[in-house]
Amino acid sequence: MGGLQKKKYESGSATNYVTRNKARKKLQLSLADFRRLCILKGIYPHEPKRKKKVNKGSTAPRTFYLVKDIRFLLHEPIVAKFREYKVFVRKLRKAYGKSEWGAVQRLRENKPVYKLDHIVKERYPTFIDALRDLDDALSMCFLFSTFARTGKCHVQTIQLCRRLSVEWMNYIVISRSLRKVFLSIKGIYYQAEVLGQTVTWLVPYQFAHNHPTDVDYRVMATFTEFHTTLLGFVNFRLYQTLNLLYPPKLDSKAEVELKAEHEEDYAMDSESYLEKLSALSASLSRVISTVEEEEAEPDRFPVEGEDAEVLVAREKEQKEQEAQKNLFEGLKFFLNREVPRESLAFVLRCFGAQVSWEKSLCIGGTYDVTDETITHQVVDRPNVDKKYINRYYIQPQWVFDCVNSRMRLPVEDYFPGVTLPPHLSPFVEHKEGDYVPPEKLRLMALQRGERPEREQEEIEGEEDDDGGDDSQEDEGGDDDDDEEEEEDDDDDDMDDEEATDEKNLKLMEKQKSKGKTLPVTVTPGKVKLENKMRLEQEEKAEEKRLAIMMMKKKEKYLYDKIVFGKKRKVREANKLAAKRKAHDDAWKADKKKKKKKTTIGGE
Amino acid sequence: MSTSRSGVTEDAVMETKEKSGKKRVVEEDDDQLSLFKIDKDGFPKKLEKEDNDDDLSDSEESVFSGLEDSGSDSDDDDADDDDDDDDDGTVEETKDTDEESLDKDNDEEATNFETSTEQPFSETREAKLQGENASDGGKGARKARASRARGTESGKLEQAPELGGQSSGPPPQGDEYEQDTSDEEDIRNTVGNIPMEWYQDYPHIGYDLDGKKIYKPIRNKDELDEFLDKMENPDYWRTVHDKMTGADIRLSDEQVSLVHRLQRGNFGDASFSEYEPYVDFFSSETMIHPVTNRPADKRSFIPSLIEKEKVSRLVHAIKMGWIKPRQPKESGLQLYDLWAKEDPNSILGRHKMHVPAPKIKLPGHEESYNPPPEYLLTEEEKLAWEQQDPEEQKLNFLPQKFACLRTVPAYSRFIHERFERCLDLYLCPRQRKMRVNVDPEDLIPKLPKPRDLQPFPTVQSLVYRGHSNLVRCISVSPGGQWLASGSDDCTVRLWEICTGRCMKTIEVGGAVKSIAWNPNPAICLVALSFNQTVLLLNPGLGDKLVCSTTDQLIASYVEPEEEKEQSVQWQLPEDQDVEKGVRLIINHPKSVRQLTWHSKGDYLATVMPDNSNTQVLIHQITKRRSQNPFRKNKGLVQCVSFHPIRPYFFVATQRYIRIYNLIKQELMKKLSANCKWISSMAIHPAGDNVICGSYDSRLAWFDLDLSTKPYKVLRHHKKALRGVAFHKTYPLFASASDDGSVIVCHGMVYNDLLQNPLIVPVKVLKGHTITQDLGVLDVAFHPSQPWVFSSGADHTVRLFT
Repeated sequence: MGGLQKKKYESGSATNYVTRNKARKKLQLSLADFRRLCILKGIYPHEPKRKKKVNKGSTAPRTFYLVKDIRFLLHEPIVAKFREYKVFVRKLRKAYGKSEWGAVQRLRENKPVYKLDHIVKERYPTFIDALRDLDDALSMCFLFSTFARTGKCHVQTIQLCRRLSVEWMNYIVISRSLRKVFLSIKGIYYQAEVLGQTVTWLVPYQFAHNHPTDVDYRVMATFTEFHTTLLGFVNFRLYQTLNLLYPPKLDSKAEVELKAEHEEDYAMDSESYLEKLSALSASLSRVISTVEEEEAEPDRFPVEGEDAEVLVAREKEQKEQEAQKNLFEGLKFFLNREVPRESLAFVLRCFGAQVSWEKSLCIGGTYDVTDETITHQVVDRPNVDKKYINRYYIQPQWVFDCVNSRMRLPVEDYFPGVTLPPHLSPFVEHKEGDYVPPEKLRLMALQRGERPEREQEEIEGEEDDDGGDDSQEDEGGDDDDDEEEEEDDDDDDMDDEEATDEKNLKLMEKQKSKGKTLPVTVTPGKVKLENKMRLEQEEKAEEKRLAIMMMKKKEKYLYDKIVFGKKRKVREANKLAAKRKAHDDAWKADKKKKKKKTTIGGE
Repeated sequence: MSTSRSGVTEDAVMETKEKSGKKRVVEEDDDQLSLFKIDKDGFPKKLEKEDNDDDLSDSEESVFSGLEDSGSDSDDDDADDDDDDDDDGTVEETKDTDEESLDKDNDEEATNFETSTEQPFSETREAKLQGENASDGGKGARKARASRARGTESGKLEQAPELGGQSSGPPPQGDEYEQDTSDEEDIRNTVGNIPMEWYQDYPHIGYDLDGKKIYKPIRNKDELDEFLDKMENPDYWRTVHDKMTGADIRLSDEQVSLVHRLQRGNFGDASFSEYEPYVDFFSSETMIHPVTNRPADKRSFIPSLIEKEKVSRLVHAIKMGWIKPRQPKESGLQLYDLWAKEDPNSILGRHKMHVPAPKIKLPGHEESYNPPPEYLLTEEEKLAWEQQDPEEQKLNFLPQKFACLRTVPAYSRFIHERFERCLDLYLCPRQRKMRVNVDPEDLIPKLPKPRDLQPFPTVQSLVYRGHSNLVRCISVSPGGQWLASGSDDCTVRLWEICTGRCMKTIEVGGAVKSIAWNPNPAICLVALSFNQTVLLLNPGLGDKLVCSTTDQLIASYVEPEEEKEQSVQWQLPEDQDVEKGVRLIINHPKSVRQLTWHSKGDYLATVMPDNSNTQVLIHQITKRRSQNPFRKNKGLVQCVSFHPIRPYFFVATQRYIRIYNLIKQELMKKLSANCKWISSMAIHPAGDNVICGSYDSRLAWFDLDLSTKPYKVLRHHKKALRGVAFHKTYPLFASASDDGSVIVCHGMVYNDLLQNPLIVPVKVLKGHTITQDLGVLDVAFHPSQPWVFSSGADHTVRLFT
């Protein structure tokens, strides 16, 4: 036997990981360049399973990269470009220092540039991969497109971001793939389903940004660099799938229509074109101009058993989606000045509505306020001066709520000046035992096709709802501390019994000690009604408790944690329910008071 | 030259005669030397002088006077001139004669120079002769003459000596002032820039270039002279005293006007105009005439060969296609169908290790601009939220409600959050974690149902009341009819189990620490300990025959012949004690904590926890003999126990249980209980398993066949364990704890050695109330029934059946 003794940390996980500094040294890059490379190539640190082993026995906090990743970076052509750029900067500085303007110009002309095409391809080998990872790219592009063109980043970047985001929105409009919209206090969340992938992005409200000082815009710019490239390619591909021209062109008909109106307001044709595109009011031209063909019916294969059910459910879902796509089909909207035009136009167009707005607001309005065929006007002010009879005046939330509930909601709740019903997040999926706000329940009822109760009935309905809530709460309560309570109950019962017994005993003893002459009286015994079910439950609970006692320490810990988590969940739900109940009670009391007042006033 | 040399030799001879004369000669010699030098290169200068004679006269003067730092020099110039002139007239004769005597064959110029060089000497002489007044008086006339002479030919001649004077550095001795025409600094006195007071007491005021002393002028001007001078001399105001030479100098008109100009702050040169128009040499206008009239070079007409070669090389390179015109730059993003030829199988190896970035969590109802009212935070929650660290906050924003979309402001942390996401994407280490969805029910071990393990005590059926203090110990008679309990109220009570009736109460002299019924059913004897005493008690209950045989057994003791020295005293009780039932008294040196019987009922072991080596004693009742089994005890002994079958003895110290073989007298095993302080111990009736309870609320089960470590450690109780007990026949064991509960467990030991004992907790018995942080103090099983007795700090003994 024998052989050399194996040294520590020379095989296994210790050799699979490398610290950041070592990686940097191996790549011969500065930290900034290394970071940029990591961002572009999508290299991120890995958390080793056995950190101490990887860290060669030390427990110092270090970030580790996979050795494979770093080795893979070694052959990256961009690294050479980074170095070239470094040299370029040095030369440029020198030329500036010597005031050699000719040299400066020559150098500038030959400024090294790199392309990210191959990286996009490499990071996303298939198109679906790219779509799957589009969330961040979209959010970033939408954010950058709202930046003012001053200082924080290159104007070209902002313009590119704007262009790409407009293209994306146009694609979503044409493919009608928007699914959910959510107005949050941070911005507007959109969720679309593109080629079967769910893509969610966040768009800030249209305000000037208050640029924070503790944000490194270079990092953001590097990310944007990659994200714009990715989004550009994705857009190209998406337009191709829909037989649309890329870069997008307005439909010739629409173009003519738009041209007639406001052309002279815009100085440059190129500028106005992007504006027109971003107005989202016109359709785009296709490579092969055809009427939208009917989608071929997918063949159906007979299936048995559970699969059939699944299939039915899926079909139903599909049908719903189809219906959702045409949610606003045939409606004509007019957006008032004070509503967020872009998001509303985008959402409405996504579901087949026609949208227009005041000419002074933006280019691309197709009809006027005075148009008699307008069905809905979106207003966000307490009252409207001039009202047209044959149209609804609604607040913008109606549009978003309709989209999320996949049906046209009754407009009554959304009239201008009316207190709006809460805007619920469409992203929450209620699981068993979660708290569901009553509005959601009502909405679900509406979706099921139940008629909504109005006014007088509403209160009752609410009460009913409340009742339902209560029952649910009770259930929740049962869920959370059924064991506990029962246990406690058992104990209490036991204690009670014992206590009574003891009391009796004591009494007897006292009497004994008092006079020794025990008045022997036989009281008729009561038949104890034993609840069999309850007994059984108690027994089971005790059994469980005893079994828990026998758990191993490790498992006990895990069990306790799980149970704690569950209990906390239930507790939170209960808290919300209690809060809601208190609120409703207060609200009702308020209402009653008001009613009384009005009646008194009336009398 | 030869003449000069001869002159020198002559001088050497004459030196003795007259100092001044010698000096002069040397002077002359020098002058001549320099003269010749100047003659050679002085020619062009003279030419120039001749050319611009007129303007030189005053421009030079102005330059010298105005721009030279020492005004005195320029004064001298004028003075020189003047003096020259009047010398011509006055001292001509004597001079001439002297000259003639020295050299005759000098040419005209030379003689002229010579005369000029001669002048200082003559001047000095004149000055010496005439005195101050004479020289001053003559100055006006001289000046007039000088101006006259300037215009004439003689002016030229006068210039020459000037030139000579300039070049000839060393001035002649005497009043150099009159002479000097040098534009250099006055270096006739070599003392340098020192305060001249240092020379006050000396006849001289410094040294000339040759190192000879410069004497002070002979002057005996006293205050009176000064005054007279002031009164009489009209030029007194323009007379200046030169410290370096000690001479008075009269300033000329020009000099005075210069002083005035300088005082006024004007330029020194009166004719200098500071506002003259500036004439640029390289004017912007194109001149018709070249600046230089140099004919053009030939090479300017011929094409360059090198350039031709260069061009031809470039042309060739272009022809060959080596040089290409610059490609127009591709601007912006070039987009194409990147995934045109996508191959899902061509996924790189590293993608297998790829952990895709987790998506951002989707917002819930609380993030809505118009959330349901229950999601809004109350005031307290808001406060709590604000006080939390950003990392701890469950929501990174404050839920808010807005009446309409119009009023929703910009989210101030939008860019921040986006940036944080960016940081997460490239800085945050990623790890794939398998989250197993564990059903907590699965974690609970599958145990046999307690119902299947019956019988075991389930309900409290009897409470034995009577003690007035906590009941420390209980013991059940081997027949199972009687229960003895010892309490802190210094009594021992004997109960009938089935009825709960207290049959007897025996007062003893202290709190009863331990009590044990003799396990031999043929003997009715109870051992109990208080303080340092162990009593053997015959309660006189039950079978009369048994009681009497017990008494007989104790009485049958025969005193051995030789009394052995014993550490304890065996005593017979007094009569009244005998009445009570006490049969024997064993007095120990220290307080006895615990006692236990051997299963045969003859041996009794007592524990006196102390650091001495007599912690454990074993008494034999029949022989009334005590022995100390251990020479030395390690640690504090907590409790001891006999093996039910084999001659083994268990000793539990604070942390270990040691098992000794009493026959072989050796240590068999040492069990480590993994706990801090063992409180109690019980041995399975089969003898292969031991349980021990500890004050750190653990119960350890040892399987002696397995290892010295606990087979299982049970943490059922929440507080310290006080007592543990095995049932004699049923597979049950119980533990009593300070948390007021007795836990009964099913502890099945199989005969098959391969099968480990099965331990299942079957019942938690509660009933005792906790008083003074003490709950249940002792626990004991009924010998035949599945009943368990427990004594507590609440002065009761309880029976659970």
